[in-house]
Amino acid sequence: MVYPLHTSYLISHISYLFHMKTIADLKVGERGIIVNFTDEEFSLKLLEMGCLPGTQVTMTHIAPFGDPIAVKVSGYVLSMRKEEAATIVIA
Amino acid sequence: MKKSPKIALIGNPNAGKSSLFNSLTGLRQKTGNFPGVTMDKLIGKWKLEKGDDAEILDLPGIYSIYPKSVDEQVVINILANPQHPDYPDLAIVVADASNLKRNLLLFSQVRDLGIPTVLALNMIDVAESQGIVINSVKLARELNVEVAEVNAKKGIGLNGLRLSVNKTLETNYNSNDSLPMDYDREMVEEIKEKYGDTDDYHALLWLSEHDNLIQFDEKQRIEFDNIQEKYGWKTQNAQSKETMARYSQLNEIVDNCLHEVPAEEEEINTWTDRLDKIFLHRFWGYFIFLGILFIVFQAIFTWATYPMDLIDGGIANLNDFLKTNLPPTKLTDLLTDGLIAGIGGVLIFIPQIAFLFLFISMLEETGYMSRVMFIMDKLMRRFGLNGKSVVPLISGVACAVPAIMSTRSIGSWKDRLITIMVTPLMSCSARLPIYTVLIALVVPEKSTLFGIFNLQGVVLFAMYLLGFFMALFSAYVMKLLLKVKERSYFIMELPSYKSPRFSHVMITILNSTKAFVFEAGKVIVAISIVLWVLASYGPGDAIEQAEIYVKTQNPTLSGTELQNKISSQKLENSYAGRFGKVIEPVIKPLGYDWKIGIALITSFAAREVFVGTMSTIYSLGGEANEENSTVMKRMRAEINPETGKPMYDMALGFSLLIFYAFAMQCMSTLAVTYRETKSWKYPTIQFVYMTALAYISAFVVYQVLK
Repeated sequence: MVYPLHTSYLISHISYLFHMKTIADLKVGERGIIVNFTDEEFSLKLLEMGCLPGTQVTMTHIAPFGDPIAVKVSGYVLSMRKEEAATIVIA
Repeated sequence: MKKSPKIALIGNPNAGKSSLFNSLTGLRQKTGNFPGVTMDKLIGKWKLEKGDDAEILDLPGIYSIYPKSVDEQVVINILANPQHPDYPDLAIVVADASNLKRNLLLFSQVRDLGIPTVLALNMIDVAESQGIVINSVKLARELNVEVAEVNAKKGIGLNGLRLSVNKTLETNYNSNDSLPMDYDREMVEEIKEKYGDTDDYHALLWLSEHDNLIQFDEKQRIEFDNIQEKYGWKTQNAQSKETMARYSQLNEIVDNCLHEVPAEEEEINTWTDRLDKIFLHRFWGYFIFLGILFIVFQAIFTWATYPMDLIDGGIANLNDFLKTNLPPTKLTDLLTDGLIAGIGGVLIFIPQIAFLFLFISMLEETGYMSRVMFIMDKLMRRFGLNGKSVVPLISGVACAVPAIMSTRSIGSWKDRLITIMVTPLMSCSARLPIYTVLIALVVPEKSTLFGIFNLQGVVLFAMYLLGFFMALFSAYVMKLLLKVKERSYFIMELPSYKSPRFSHVMITILNSTKAFVFEAGKVIVAISIVLWVLASYGPGDAIEQAEIYVKTQNPTLSGTELQNKISSQKLENSYAGRFGKVIEPVIKPLGYDWKIGIALITSFAAREVFVGTMSTIYSLGGEANEENSTVMKRMRAEINPETGKPMYDMALGFSLLIFYAFAMQCMSTLAVTYRETKSWKYPTIQFVYMTALAYISAFVVYQVLK
């Protein structure tokens, strides 16, 4: 499900309030399946780079200061910031 | 079939596009600029059939036809406009077989633009090592295009690719005529009516990207906005929907053609994983990065000096030769002191630039550069920059011009703008000769720090650090001042490590150096000539009067000494000398006199002329092109007429050092800032803030040390 842009900030907080698990919650080595995105602007970019709903992601690296992070998805490693990772809801 | 078809190479970054380009064209490639933008364009020739050369165009890597950064924008400006001079007759989409679905997304978009397309399936070996087997015959049938399996790096499969291209060119065949997503036909008809007959996908692309397409003017853009409003078009929403629709279509195709042997539990510990454990380590990661930086600096400042001395000596010898063998006319002076000295000033930087690009292209080729961006992002973000700002900042140590051009990969406009604005504060190689001369003047040669470090070397290193920290500080201030409502992002692929391809590295060095010589070279040579004219001529007969004046004042002098006095007097009375006198009151508080004033004026356009101007001002006359030590000796002997003490003391030396570290004295940089920001506003701000910074800092330093 994709939400309009102006509510995206609110939504990312809602996902936090309702304890929806996102990529940002993964520890190195942990896995998840992408369910949906809470931010439209990032979601297009992420989709184009192969983060599709239903795809498995594995957390591979967390940068020295805890941000950004890198995940393995569709056979390659993708890096993103924590705030971007927090818009990808996983199960 | 056309005589010389234009073929564009399109593909995701790291899909092997550039490798394929090099394999196809070898050294038969040339650089150029895309019309309207100064962006390196690589064109090469590829033999298709007997006597039939295709023109191959290498385009920057993209993930989709919806660009997220300026370098991606270039590709779309070509693909969106069938009237564009670079619009291809055929597109080869290079796809990474180990990540097929993502790569096919771009393929399907390019195909739907109505460009006859061939799919080059690359990195099949990588895919197979991951347990992925692709049936390319079936894939060709499902996608309804020619598919060629290639190994771009080794140059395997090029004949098959040639066959596929020839076949597609002959039939000019393009498959899909229906788009996978829903859209308002009425709206598309209205766009077609207004902007000329085209296919539906072009119309939709125009509608969503019109603000960034150079083919449309302001009025047309407003019309597009109106159409968007009229039909309730939401660009992002539509693009997301389209992407999803394409993927669901591709899912089916990929499922049919791709067989994946599930990898054994806990995947193979690849080289990339192992190396990343070290390079991304919270301590060793930074340690290694610093070590690599140290080697780069060592190369630029130590190894590069040998070829630089050779070039310097060669130019000096050539000038001496011409001076002794040509009649001593004004024209000879213009040729030697103006033109050749100017060209020498450009050529001397080639070794440093070449070394810098050697390292940068190797670090990029191997995939290490993305790791640097990854570990630096958090730190840079605090200062309003981005992990991707690291590359421009490092490149800025050689030359701000290519450094500013390399900001194009930074997706967020605010991050990119701040990077452009502060990059010229990094001490570029043009400042190096100035630092060398001034440090040698004010820091005693023999003194050391803690008995081990040469103090001159320490001061030089401190100047570089000063530039870097001032860049960070300025970035931080701009972050607070710039009110741009745009989110910065850092979604980036970390490619697997690869060994650098020697030929590719060499081609990069060659192309970048050529670009520097011709871009910056033009400006520097022009300025050298203007400077020569201003320093050789004066209002009315002032120059002739100067000579007579010196001769009557010093009737006993003769030979070189007289000549020196005459040249000095002539310079004082030339246009340049007069300008120097005019600005003297302004620069007095910094400790400068009119002679330094001339140097400041001449180096306003290009700071590297400082040392040259100094040697002209201190009238080395007939002995032009002496080594720096002679300029230094002369400067050291200069007496301040007011105090009777040496002119170049600590206070003046450091004041000048600081001024040159911060001042914006480079026309080429301002020009490139204008081109990259498309507005005079930013080069103006850059010029004003850097000059103010230089003036105030130099003032403080001089007043404190005086």
